[in-house]
Amino acid sequence: MQFELTEEERMIQKTARDFANKDLAPVAAESNKTGEFPEAIFKKLGELGFMGMTVPEEYGGVNLGTFCLVLALEELGRVCASTAVAVSVHNSLVNWVILKHGSEELRKRYLPDLATAEIIGAYAVTEPEAGSDVAALRLSSVRDGDEYRLDGTKIFISTGDKAGINIVFGRTDPKDRKGGISAFVVENAFPGFSIGKTEEKMGLTASTTVELVFEDCRVPAGNILGGEGDGMRIALGALDGGRIGIAALSVGIAQAALDEAVLFAREREQFGTRIIDFQSTQWKIAEMAMQIEAARLLVYRAAKLRDASTPCPKEAAMAKLLATRVANQAAFDALQIHGGVGYTKEFLVERLFRDARAGEIYEGTSEIQRLVISRRVIEEYERMFPTE
Amino acid sequence: MKIITLLKRAPDTEARILINREGTGIQEEGVKFVISTYDEYAVEEGLRLKEKMGGDSKVTVVCVGPEEATEMIRTALAMGADDAVHICDPAIKESEPFITAAVLAKAIKDNGFDIIFCGKQAIDDDMAQVQSILAEMLDIPQVNVATSFEISESGDKAVLRRRIEGGDEKVETQLPVIISCEKGLNEPRYASLPGIMKAKKKEIRTKALADLGMADAQGEIRSKILKWLPIPKGGECKVVEGEDVPTAVKELVRLLREEAKAL
Ligand SMILES: Cc1cc2nc3c(=O)[nH]c(=O)nc-3n(C[C@H](O)[C@H](O)[C@H](O)COP(=O)(O)OP(=O)(O)OC[C@H]3O[C@@H](n4cnc5c(N)ncnc54)[C@H](O)[C@@H]3O)c2cc1C
Ligand SMILES: Cc1cc2nc3c(=O)[nH]c(=O)nc-3n(C[C@H](O)[C@H](O)[C@H](O)COP(=O)(O)OP(=O)(O)OC[C@H]3O[C@@H](n4cnc5c(N)ncnc54)[C@H](O)[C@@H]3O)c2cc1C
Repeated sequence: MQFELTEEERMIQKTARDFANKDLAPVAAESNKTGEFPEAIFKKLGELGFMGMTVPEEYGGVNLGTFCLVLALEELGRVCASTAVAVSVHNSLVNWVILKHGSEELRKRYLPDLATAEIIGAYAVTEPEAGSDVAALRLSSVRDGDEYRLDGTKIFISTGDKAGINIVFGRTDPKDRKGGISAFVVENAFPGFSIGKTEEKMGLTASTTVELVFEDCRVPAGNILGGEGDGMRIALGALDGGRIGIAALSVGIAQAALDEAVLFAREREQFGTRIIDFQSTQWKIAEMAMQIEAARLLVYRAAKLRDASTPCPKEAAMAKLLATRVANQAAFDALQIHGGVGYTKEFLVERLFRDARAGEIYEGTSEIQRLVISRRVIEEYERMFPTE
Repeated sequence: MKIITLLKRAPDTEARILINREGTGIQEEGVKFVISTYDEYAVEEGLRLKEKMGGDSKVTVVCVGPEEATEMIRTALAMGADDAVHICDPAIKESEPFITAAVLAKAIKDNGFDIIFCGKQAIDDDMAQVQSILAEMLDIPQVNVATSFEISESGDKAVLRRRIEGGDEKVETQLPVIISCEKGLNEPRYASLPGIMKAKKKEIRTKALADLGMADAQGEIRSKILKWLPIPKGGECKVVEGEDVPTAVKELVRLLREEAKAL
């Protein structure tokens, strides 16, 4: 077991940290007020290599793997969760499924542009009737000659409107609940594709969350990932990486909350002393620091398993469940330590509190994570001690 | 063009520095180390010059420092420098400017050079001596605290600006020259991820004093740090209150005379 980062990993972390502090922080402060999408930030992230971290060099990426990706996502999440979410989805879901399941032609067509942020990728599963229950999705996807015709809507799609492509999960067989789902690469420029409603969210203000509308949308048959009916398998396979990514950026949110809390508590005086001198403040700090460390280690471990191509649904779910919980608790406590000013937009903790909240919902709610974990654990016992 | 950039490993400016118990240096535990800030400007300027000159121009990083300095050297390589010379020898314990300069001079001569960029000072000991001693040893001109740099068309002269009290000084110099860089000269680039990958394959030539044909650095010591002392705590502040200024001034004078014994 190795707890030290390598020289290369420290360098990657430093570049991510410096970029987050110097370039992203000032932009984030603004874009999280206005909701303006920070396009230039993504261009720079592309130039630096952060948009193709798990993409092999032959397709224009840097092929550093999931562990290095989580180092970067923590740093970005610390400064702007909205940006980090988009980077996470782009790398661990979109690039991943094209690389793993796309034909050689699809990889060549899309990965180089994705890896350099020429285009951004979004990932569309959720529908009005299909949230946690992915297999309930209905988006009609009918083969018509050498095309598929897509009709229906997706909702809550992060960055769906800013993206060049969406990975869209549709129903190719209405009779087979799980086996009747297929995944497509849909360019936003394809005819019949449009953007519907934009959600007005509580947090993650610098990330758009939109409805995608498909009206007789024509997708070349070659844009299917894997084969017809492979959608559920593809979605589940990508989820581990997606969850590890969300977990990593949530550790970043939690770390930011701790940073803000300690710096504030050192300055603020009440009852003739700094509030950091109160034991109740110190205990909050201890709790936060411990939980962050625990969450970070779970994230690191899940990422290492992913890099070793070891299936890790349980570990990824644990990492996400704990890290998102810790982010919420840390943001809650940091806001509490700030007192009244923490409840105002002048202080970062207010945004951290709102941004952390989504972590327990997207890419599988906390309840779904518990479902995944408990199923695995019970299965493991079943294998060790089979019921008669 | 052979471009040399000098680089020192130094504690991050954000780190809180504590003197070790023996008073022989700083406590390194928990302190993050980085490329000394002004040296980053030097690396960046070297890279820009290389990009401008094209052809077979090459940026070589030269560093005198402990083994741990490889990480900073590797960062400069990841920014785009081509190769590096790392002089690492337990005999070079303290950063004594004369020794550092002597070692650098030898390594730079061995490598060959047309221009040398370095920071205007190291951010740890702030001595700002190495560049001048080095200029003497190499018998080349030096321009210090540069805030702008431009190479001539022919590539054998450079025009620089230096920020001085009340204005800018414009300086023309011939090459070879050593230039020490000031904040504002440029905005150093990040080590990109592709850069970090490429840096793994770039050469760092690690050399001991013997490899440079130098028997012993000790003979060259011109100054010695006797002890490192913490900055003394500032005294208590006393505010002389009162609306009436003449009375307050009288009180101030009394305090200066009787308590502070400054008058
Ligand atoms: C900011 C944000 C960004 C998003 N981005 C994307 C995106 O890019 N792409 C995309 O496809 N989707 C996206 N989503 C949608 C997200 O994935 C869903 O919101 C999530 O999967 C939950 O689905 P739901 O909202 O329909 O809730 P439901 O599934 O209706 O859940 C409601 C409640 O019931 C609980 N519940 C449901 N089933 C069970 C069960 N079996 N056992 C116990 N409890 C259960 C849930 O845990 C939850 O508490 C995003 C959502 C948000 C908030
Ligand atoms: C929405 C809103 C509306 C408000 N409306 C009003 C109003 O109408 N009228 C009004 O007068 N005020 C109002 N306030 C102010 C509010 O009463 C104060 O914010 C509150 O009393 C806390 O004070 P503070 O913000 O200065 O925090 P601080 O007192 O600075 O507290 C900071 C942190 O230190 C902790 N702390 C402080 N002292 C101790 C101690 N001795 N031991 C342990 N921990 C300690 C606190 O619990 C907190 O976590 C409002 C605040 C908000 C957010």
